This record gives sequence, C-alpha cells and structure tokens, in this order.
Amino acid sequence: MKVLVPIKRVVDPYTKVRPLADGSGVDTSGAKFEINPFDEIAVEEAVRIREKIGDVEITVVSIGKSECEEQLRKALAMGADKAILIESDAEFDSLSIAKELAALATELQPELILMGKQATDDDCNQVGQMLAAKLNRPQATFASKVEVSTSGVTVTRETDDGDETLSLPFPCLVTADLRLNEPRYIGLPGIIKARSKPLERRTPATTPVVKVRVVRVEAPPAREAGRKVSSVSELVSILKDRGAL
Amino acid sequence: MSRLLVIAFQPSDAVASAGFAASLGLPWDLLCLTGASDLDLGNEKIISANLDLIPPADGLATGLAKAIDGYSHIACVSSMQSKDFLARLAGTSDLAMVTDVVGIDSPTTFKRPIVAGSIIATVEVLSSPVAMTFRPAGFPKPARSGVSVQESITLETPSKATIVSRSVRGGARPDLSQAKVIVSGGRPLKDAETFERVIGGLADKLGGAIGATRAAVDSGIAPNEIQVGQTGKIVAPDLYIAAGISGSTQHMAGIKDSKIIVAINKDPDAPIFELADYGLVADLYDAIPAIQNEIA
Ligand SMILES: Cc1cc2nc3c(=O)[nH]c(=O)nc-3n(C[C@H](O)[C@H](O)[C@H](O)COP(=O)(O)OP(=O)(O)OC[C@H]3O[C@@H](n4cnc5c(N)ncnc54)[C@H](O)[C@@H]3O)c2cc1C
Ligand SMILES: Nc1ncnc2c1ncn2[C@@H]1O[C@H](COP(=O)(O)O)[C@@H](O)[C@H]1O
Repeated sequence: MKVLVPIKRVVDPYTKVRPLADGSGVDTSGAKFEINPFDEIAVEEAVRIREKIGDVEITVVSIGKSECEEQLRKALAMGADKAILIESDAEFDSLSIAKELAALATELQPELILMGKQATDDDCNQVGQMLAAKLNRPQATFASKVEVSTSGVTVTRETDDGDETLSLPFPCLVTADLRLNEPRYIGLPGIIKARSKPLERRTPATTPVVKVRVVRVEAPPAREAGRKVSSVSELVSILKDRGAL
Repeated sequence: MSRLLVIAFQPSDAVASAGFAASLGLPWDLLCLTGASDLDLGNEKIISANLDLIPPADGLATGLAKAIDGYSHIACVSSMQSKDFLARLAGTSDLAMVTDVVGIDSPTTFKRPIVAGSIIATVEVLSSPVAMTFRPAGFPKPARSGVSVQESITLETPSKATIVSRSVRGGARPDLSQAKVIVSGGRPLKDAETFERVIGGLADKLGGAIGATRAAVDSGIAPNEIQVGQTGKIVAPDLYIAAGISGSTQHMAGIKDSKIIVAINKDPDAPIFELADYGLVADLYDAIPAIQNEIA
C-alpha cells in the first residue's frame, strides 16, 4: 500500500512571533522552523500503520523553498521511505497547494493520503478538504483514531460535541488531530539512516493562481492590563460589582 | 451581482449569523440544513433543506454545489463541522476561501487571526465567489426586522463514506460557544473525577459551561470537545475563569474575546496574569471552594 503525507515547514509553534515593522509579513528572523505539528502526527501515524501491517511505502512531500529539505529529512528520520521537495519560491494559497498536491497524487496513486488538519502558521484548515475534493476521494478530518483494513480505513474523528466514526474505502484522505498519537523521539541512528534515503527535488507541475492573498499583518488589539487581587472576597465583590456574578 | 448565502447547520447558527451579514452589508439568504429558522433576521429568503442528519462532507458538498449558484459570498459560522464541509465545497467548486473571519474591511478584504492569534492578517480575495467561516463574537447583533420568504429544497448528498456511529457528549451544561460563564481547568486538576468535582462544581454554581486546556485533555482529565484554544473551541463569554492554567499562546488564542478573564494560579509569574483582568495568586483547591462559599 502507498501512503502520501504532505508536510509543511512552519515557524516553531512555541516561538512568539511579531509582525514586521512595516506590516508586510511575519517576523520570523532567528526563529526555529519545524514540521507543522499536525503533519508530524500524520507522519507518525503512517509509520505506525507500516509497523502494524507491513507492506507500506510512505512518501512525504513538501511544497516550498529549498529549506523544506530540513523538515523532509526529519520525516525520513521518523521512518518515511522517500521524500519529494516541490521546490518553488512562488506564492501559493490553499487552493493552489491543493492543486499541486493533486497533480502529485494523480501520478503516485496512493491509496491513503494522511496529513495535518491545519498548519499552525496560517491556521487555515483547508488544504486537506480541498485536496480530497480535487481527487474526488472521501475524507475524514480531525482524526483521533485510524484503523486500516485491506479495503479502506475506519476513522474516529473529533466533532464539535463528541465524536463520529466513519468508514472510508480506498483511495481516501484523512487529516490528523492532536490526539491521534504522540510522535516518536528520533534517535541518532534514524537521523543517520535518513541521510541515505531518497529525496527528490522537482519543480511544480502547476502554475499557482492565487485567489487569497495576505496584504497586511498587525499585532492583535491588546487587552487592557489587568491587576492582581489579594483575596477571594475581593475578587467576588469586584465580579458582583461588574455584574458578572 | 453581490449576494451572501449563509449556510446554517442548525437554527442557532442562523441567529449567530445576522451580525456578520449586517456587517458585510450585502443582501442575503439563509440556507438551513436542519430545523427551522427565526423569520426576522434581516435576510430575504430562508431556504430549508430539512435534513434529519448532516451527511459526510463529500456528500454535502456535492449536494450544495448547485445551491450556491448566483451567490458571491458563501459563509458559515466557524466550527469543526463547517470547516470540514466548506473547505470541501471550496475544493469542489474551486472557490477562494477565508477561514475564521473576525473583521470585514470591504466585501473582498477581511481580517483573520493567524499563528495562534498572535497576529491579525488582512487578506484580500482576488476572485469571486468566496467561501468563508466567521467567528460571530466579532459582529454585533443588529436589531431584528422584516419577515423572510420561505422556500425548501431537496438535496441529493451521495457520499463514498459510511457513518458507523456518532456520539454526542455534553448534557445539562450550556454549550461552550454560547455560554455566558465558563470555568476552565488545566493540568493540575489530576483526574477526571477531580476535574468534574472542582471545575464542574463551580460551573454549575454559576450556571456556566466547562472548558479545559490541551494539557488537561491530553492527560484524560477532560473530554476533547471542551478543549479551548487555537486548535479547540474559540469562546467569548462574559466571564472566563481559568484555574490552574499557565496561559500558553495556544490557549489564550481561544479566550481573547471574553469580556472578563479571571486567572487563579499559584505561580505569581504565570504568563496568564499578563492577560487576565483579575489575577488571584492562590492554590485552586483552596480558592474554588472559597469562591463557592462567598457567592452562596
Ligand atoms: C500545535 C499546538 C496546538 C495547541 N493547541 C492548544 C489549544 O487549542 N488549547 C490549549 O489549551 N493548548 C494548546 N496547546 C498546548 C499549549 O502549548 C500548552 O501546552 C497548554 O495550553 C498548557 O496547558 P496547562 O496550562 O493546563 O498546563 P501547564 O502549562 O502545565 O500549566 C499549569 C499551570 O497550573 C499552575 N498550577 C499548578 N498547580 C496549581 C494549583 N494547585 N493551583 C493553582 N495553580 C496551579 C501552574 O503554576 C501552571 O501555571 C497546543 C500546542 C501545540 C504545539
Ligand atoms: N506548502 C505545503 N506543502 C505540503 N503540504 C502542505 C503545504 N501547505 C499545507 N500543507 C498541508 O495541508 C495541511 C493543512 O494546511 P492549511 O489548510 O494551510 O491549514 C497541512 O497540515 C499540510 O499537511
């Protein structure tokens, strides 16, 4: 079985980022970059599926600048078999990323596409659903459990008020939520082994047509500075005065 | 022509949409997937689909592909359910899409939070139609007026996915997204029983809902659907009480629209004190029972 895992290089979610002074973009100077945490969970799940059922080939793909190689190597170290870097400095939006990934999926024909539910930099939560639509595959977003059989997957997914279990035939697409698994720690042997795994660089198959563009960024409106209260009774009396209790 | 279609999964979405529609300033229609909507929200038409059950996203997107004909804007209240479906529809119908709109500069320019709410981006939409999800808290409710024309449609929603089961948790407490008061707990709540007793106890006393951090959910102390934050629910109550919560960027992303934030934390240097309106440096196991006594 073939599994395709699209991964995005994002600024480390634990770094505090600010807008650039001229508002033209996000200041990430000096920041670390990581695999989008949800994509890391997707890679981990793919590796666990292979560990469980055997004959699985995992390809990771990233669209972006040359530096994405760093994240692809990390995914290889986690256990992916090969990596594709679709190298481009061009601007993409969710729909154009989905189209580029759709072109790759049409070529590779993976039974399962596993990816993150959202990128922690743009917080869009769109590409998976758009890609599934472009490929006319059924989708299960927000997965917290994935079970693979010979004909498809059974996915438990988180919903606004509980959960839902869907059964999807191959080929299909699943997006990972936080609670699907905890990605493994990568040891030195994995990192060394990853260096000799294949990483193919290619140019995009499509020309991105951008329909949504960020024109300006700014800091969110600041909340007015609060204050400490000295006791429970002071707190309760303030809240009563303000009509909150 | 510019016209908005709001797609409501349930009647409460319809009410929550009126402020957004008024801010956008376009004539609008409402498509109610389930249930019946109020008739005086300011829209021209109410189209009822009368579904008993929301089908999987691929089926729903197929079913609605024709219904969006003639609309320049297609919008839903932000939720996991609407994101699952609307981004699918955007893929099917090749629509531009903007997630989590919190402000409108013009009918093609919107504001939305990115990087866990630490940045607000202004995005421009370069093609029409556009699909979007919006957070109702940012849009004040207009005075209600008028009576809408009612229509109904039948949707064919063929899906390749099969629903095996669905479970809804919750119960007697108000819904997180609607609650006036929310009491939330973090990692130090130890176990599910303690969380329910301490956090649930105060919430019940205040007629409020309960929320939790990711750390609490991950360690099995609280159920996943009450996680608040970047990757959980976005809330906007009148009063948000955070007990034993450090104040990570990801958690704060979900609570910034609360009117009053109260933090109870035993560490005087916890980051949450920078954002809370009122901070109490105390052990939550002392402070919460004391609050309950004080308001009794
Ligand atoms: C991609 C990604 C997405 C995320 N999404 C979310 C999200 O949506 N929501 C979310 O909440 N987190 C999210 N997180 C996790 C987030 O970064 C934090 O790890 C998490 O919010 C911390 O939870 P906490 O405050 O309960 O725990 P901690 O950070 O461990 O804080 C516990 C606090 O309790 C205090 N304390 C301990 N004992 C007591 C006591 N007896 N009385 C009073 N105070 C006490 C401590 O001083 C401390 O400040 C996400 C992380 C990532 C990487
Ligand atoms: N540039 C990219 N390269 C590869 N995958 C991507 C890229 N951008 C987004 N994705 C995938 O799409 C998912 C959802 O992203 P988003 O819709 O931007 O929140 C991510 O978790 C990735 O799996």
